[in-house]
Amino acid sequence: MLELKNVSKAFNKGTVNENVVFSDLNFTLNEGDFVSVIGSNGAGKSTLLNLIAGVFSVDGGQLLLDGNDITKLPEHKRARFIGRVFQDPMMGTAPSMTIEENMAVAYARSDHYSLRWGINPQTRDMFRERLSYLGLALEDRLSTKVELLSGGQRQAMTLLIATMSNPRLLLLDEHTAALDPATVRLINDLTERIINEQHITTLMVTHNLEHAIKMGNRLIMMDRGSIVLDIKDDEKRSLTIEQLLDMFEQAAHEKFSDDRVILQ
Amino acid sequence: MTAIFSVLIGLLSISLEQGLSYGIMALGVYITFKVLDFPDLTVEGSFPLGASVTAVLVAGGFNPFLALFVSMLAGMAAGGITGILNTKGHITGLLAGILTMTALYSINLRIMGRSNISLLNIDTVLTSVENLGVPHGVVAITTFAIAVVIIKLLLDALLKTRLGFSLRATGNNANMARALGVNTDAMKVFGLALSNGLVALSGGLVAQYQGFADVGMGIGTIVAGLASVIIGEMIMGERNIGYATMSALVGSFIYRLSIAIALRLGFAATDLKLLTTILVIIALTTPQIRKIIKVSSTS
Repeated sequence: MLELKNVSKAFNKGTVNENVVFSDLNFTLNEGDFVSVIGSNGAGKSTLLNLIAGVFSVDGGQLLLDGNDITKLPEHKRARFIGRVFQDPMMGTAPSMTIEENMAVAYARSDHYSLRWGINPQTRDMFRERLSYLGLALEDRLSTKVELLSGGQRQAMTLLIATMSNPRLLLLDEHTAALDPATVRLINDLTERIINEQHITTLMVTHNLEHAIKMGNRLIMMDRGSIVLDIKDDEKRSLTIEQLLDMFEQAAHEKFSDDRVILQ
Repeated sequence: MTAIFSVLIGLLSISLEQGLSYGIMALGVYITFKVLDFPDLTVEGSFPLGASVTAVLVAGGFNPFLALFVSMLAGMAAGGITGILNTKGHITGLLAGILTMTALYSINLRIMGRSNISLLNIDTVLTSVENLGVPHGVVAITTFAIAVVIIKLLLDALLKTRLGFSLRATGNNANMARALGVNTDAMKVFGLALSNGLVALSGGLVAQYQGFADVGMGIGTIVAGLASVIIGEMIMGERNIGYATMSALVGSFIYRLSIAIALRLGFAATDLKLLTTILVIIALTTPQIRKIIKVSSTS
């Protein structure tokens, strides 16, 4: 459903600081895939997500979503079919707006500029019902400003609003990395529940090898701009962390090095 | 006793007239400064732009209400240009505003053909209202109050629509807004146009009220607007949208009242910019100073 063809991307092109992240990346994401992405420092995991989301444009190559060329589509237009959750819990919600106002912005996904009321009794009921799904009692605090919520609550909300209008693709960029262990469990459970129920094709970057193995049906490992491991289904199910590290060493001819890696 | 009373009434009524007419400008500054989080200096040029356009049209026999409408459109164009310089030209917000403001100085002189235009003995919005039978003494307050109430309610309503939510999300967290499909560049241009439209409308209204337009009348607009927004916020807080726009208007009144009192106390009119600046600095630094006092008192 998502195809990256011969994608290249470099930063600071033509300067001494030129940094070629991808020179010829090819990658296909199948319908219903839940892919965890791991990789060594500077492998290009976040850049990959940002290229797909349209935060940066590619230097060369093509991006196809459901067969449509989205290479030139700006970020806000891709948002119609791509949902995103970021590492920083502060990044996915508007702090000075209330819980229901944040949800209303997400709910308006393809109609952001009309003069219809942002919130009406029907949408409010719907927001309440959706929030109750989180089990955090946020449905009783619709008019609370989001800045008063904890990081975990904000991240749960971000996940909810990112998936509210059934996106074709969900991009999770280390979305539990800034949370405490108990909250990580909560957000991971929620992530799996939403993805399984809505059958959203997902790319999840993580530094936690255990999560990468446990979650999803496919795992890719990146190194210096290329995908060095692509492990699926049955093979992934029986994978251990030791095996994974060995496989990386064989594929990349060096030890796996990620400063922030969490083994379990 | 009656002398003091009449001085007080005089102070209050002039502060109310000015607070209301400049209050529309304060609402404009509220949109950029608070909603969009964009420090927009265009207002220093769009305020006299509104005054110039109105003065030329009204002096030429044009309907004074329509003249205000044309002024507003001119202000919207000016704000839109700052927005395009910022979003498409990638010029920082502050500099984009300064560029438009500077260009507007020449444009305003071109529009008027000279540095000021008198509107004495010419039919204005105020004389039209007076002709409806409103007593002379309260004509300005009545006219401005009606205008301010209508604009405030329309602005409150706008900020509660989907468009308004997109505008607020853009100012509050542009990253989130884009990730949810909002064209944040377009929202910035729209917000700046809306804001400067109101500022120019206020300029046109003030020109009709004081009976002249002057190319230099925009100096200090941004500081006066900020003072209104900040004073209002300090006094009333910003519980919700209606409250926040109300607080900008209350701030505008209190700001004009303090100016009137300062003049009454014998300060020269030329000292007012300095006084205003000090007032804004005090308002902006109060939270920090409070923090320092708290820290030192607990340690």
